[in-house]
Amino acid sequence: MTGNTTANGGRQADSIPANFILEANEILSHYPVSKRSASLPLIHLWQNHFGHIDPSGIEWIAAKLDLQPINIYELVTFYPWFRQTAPGKNIIRVCRTLSCALAGSKDLYEKFCETIGIDIEEARAHHGDGMPVSPDGNYSIEFVECLASCGSAPVCMVNDELHERVAPEDVPSLLSRSTSPAN
Amino acid sequence: MSCIHPAPHPKERRIIFGNLTQPGYAPDLKTYVAHGGYEQLRKALSMTPSAIIDAVKAANLRGRGGAGFPCGIKWSFIKQDDGKPHYLVVNGDESEPGTFKDRYILHEDPHQLIEGVAISSFALGVKLAYIYIRCEFPAAAKIVAAAIAEAKAAGFLGTNILGTGFSLDVFVHQGAGAYICGEETSLIESLEGKRPYPRIKPPYFPAVFGLYMNPTVVNNVETICHIPHILRLGPEEYAKMGTPGDGGTRTLCVSGDVQRPGAYELPAGAVTLRELLYDICGGPKPGRSFKAIIPGGSSAKVLRADEKIKRKVKGPDGTMLDQEIDVLDLVMDAASLAGAGTMIGSGGVIVMDDTRNMVETLNNLNLFYAHESCGQCTPCREGSLWMAKMSSRMLAGGGVENDPKKLKSIADNIAGRTVCAFGEAASWPTQSFLEKFPEEFAAIATKNK
Ligand SMILES: Cc1cc2nc3c(=O)[nH]c(=O)nc-3n(C[C@H](O)[C@H](O)[C@H](O)COP(=O)(O)O)c2cc1C
Ligand code: FES
Repeated sequence: MTGNTTANGGRQADSIPANFILEANEILSHYPVSKRSASLPLIHLWQNHFGHIDPSGIEWIAAKLDLQPINIYELVTFYPWFRQTAPGKNIIRVCRTLSCALAGSKDLYEKFCETIGIDIEEARAHHGDGMPVSPDGNYSIEFVECLASCGSAPVCMVNDELHERVAPEDVPSLLSRSTSPAN
Repeated sequence: MSCIHPAPHPKERRIIFGNLTQPGYAPDLKTYVAHGGYEQLRKALSMTPSAIIDAVKAANLRGRGGAGFPCGIKWSFIKQDDGKPHYLVVNGDESEPGTFKDRYILHEDPHQLIEGVAISSFALGVKLAYIYIRCEFPAAAKIVAAAIAEAKAAGFLGTNILGTGFSLDVFVHQGAGAYICGEETSLIESLEGKRPYPRIKPPYFPAVFGLYMNPTVVNNVETICHIPHILRLGPEEYAKMGTPGDGGTRTLCVSGDVQRPGAYELPAGAVTLRELLYDICGGPKPGRSFKAIIPGGSSAKVLRADEKIKRKVKGPDGTMLDQEIDVLDLVMDAASLAGAGTMIGSGGVIVMDDTRNMVETLNNLNLFYAHESCGQCTPCREGSLWMAKMSSRMLAGGGVENDPKKLKSIADNIAGRTVCAFGEAASWPTQSFLEKFPEEFAAIATKNK
């Protein structure tokens, strides 16, 4: 889902496809009063397409909206959802908050880390600062706050999909069902 | 599947969840219209805007987003003919821990929300509305956007709606993983493309200086969904379902240590906490007993399952009498929980049983608030982090005798000293856990330095 990262080190802004521009223009049309309102959706569009946001992305979006790069940069650094480094191919988000914790989400998180080969201490150190990537490049994992599904705790998201009442022993089958393999 | 049980409990009355729990119900326009959808919009467009606002007032609808402000009164702050553009912003950030109701509306019955948005916009003189959806609901953003397109194609949105001359555009706006954006002025800043630091009130009440500094109403997803039902049932009938001052049904989301967690829709005040937790949620797990209950989302003050609530009630001859009741006999409505020093808030009830350590429970919440503080106000930015560090250290065996006192003083120095109510949200857990479970904090805070 997060293809097209310029792993070769090129500027993301040098490889924008035509339909990306069309989508960006469509987004702009949703904000007839102020173009600046399109900042968040354009950052989403960028991250969904490229996997993360590099400096050229920040500059491109700012220019598109007649803003300064700092106006976009301060959003990229504020919001937990945005990242400036490439994640693994599949992103796992385990809910950390109370109802899920009561239902064992810490064990679930640890089981995920162990299965995908990410060191728990390293993962913890990343909290809020990019995402750790598994050695095969296939996974990233994050402990996130309440996903608004506390009644079916513990829950996690694998890419865009929510999984409810997940037990640690479900992890291997869940990963093979809902993630795409490494290239 | 979801947290809404297919068969309703006999005490439930499903209005908001009425359609989406029907077998085979789909989130498309055809299905919604087959269930009577958009009839109330037709009716509304034949009414005057002020008649709709009066109906919402008479219905005693309170906001379902957390603060519980009376919706009709909020709406009447908007001056019909001030010549300014008005905006409606629907709060679908649903990020208060323990709350999981808007999720089902957004994913499974988007047209109910859109009909509510259209009626509300007509009443408020709004021509441009946004539905702010947290980005952790990526499917919901697509579903709601598709429903908006369908409604527009069918003439329920867009220009000249149903030939009445009323026009309205509605767009979805996705958040980016920050709890603070649920706070209404932060949400507005977020929608304006700025760093979402909340605005200070006064002067920045959304009804005065809202989106683009123009009069704006921010309402929760569930609140807006109640609007068509108020017109359908009539405000008196609707109000009668609830208690005086808290009309209609309420969704209550129960999670944690109960047998049957779930999202339930009940007439406001129809059950006591005991009925909710035992009859509807099946009581504690086998061999366990209830210890602590957070009744209205993680920010609400915790209750001890065995505490007595002292309060004043009006006697038969009108004089005020002292009364003492079991906490479990509290009625689940806004006034009764406020009388017990806590709040019904967003309706998220989180239950802990006797196997749980209260320092650990509080620490989990402290970590949440430390992570989510936006950093604008010093007491909150520094204090929420400090509290989380302290409770973590206590759990790790480093508890010092003075810790409970110090924790309380940090919390006391955040509450009331910040731009927005996040300051209270972050300090109420610490204040109330320390007050209700002092023995557990004392037991862990034993070192003398
Ligand atoms: C820290 C904080 C977080 C909030 N989060 C939400 C939320 O996720 N959803 C919501 O509807 N309201 C939330 N609110 C309440 C909103 O500020 C606002 O009162 C509400 O959206 C108004 O809608 P209502 O009157 O329909 O309840 C939050 C408030 C605070 C202080
Ligand atoms: S606590 Fe995990 S979904 Fe709410």
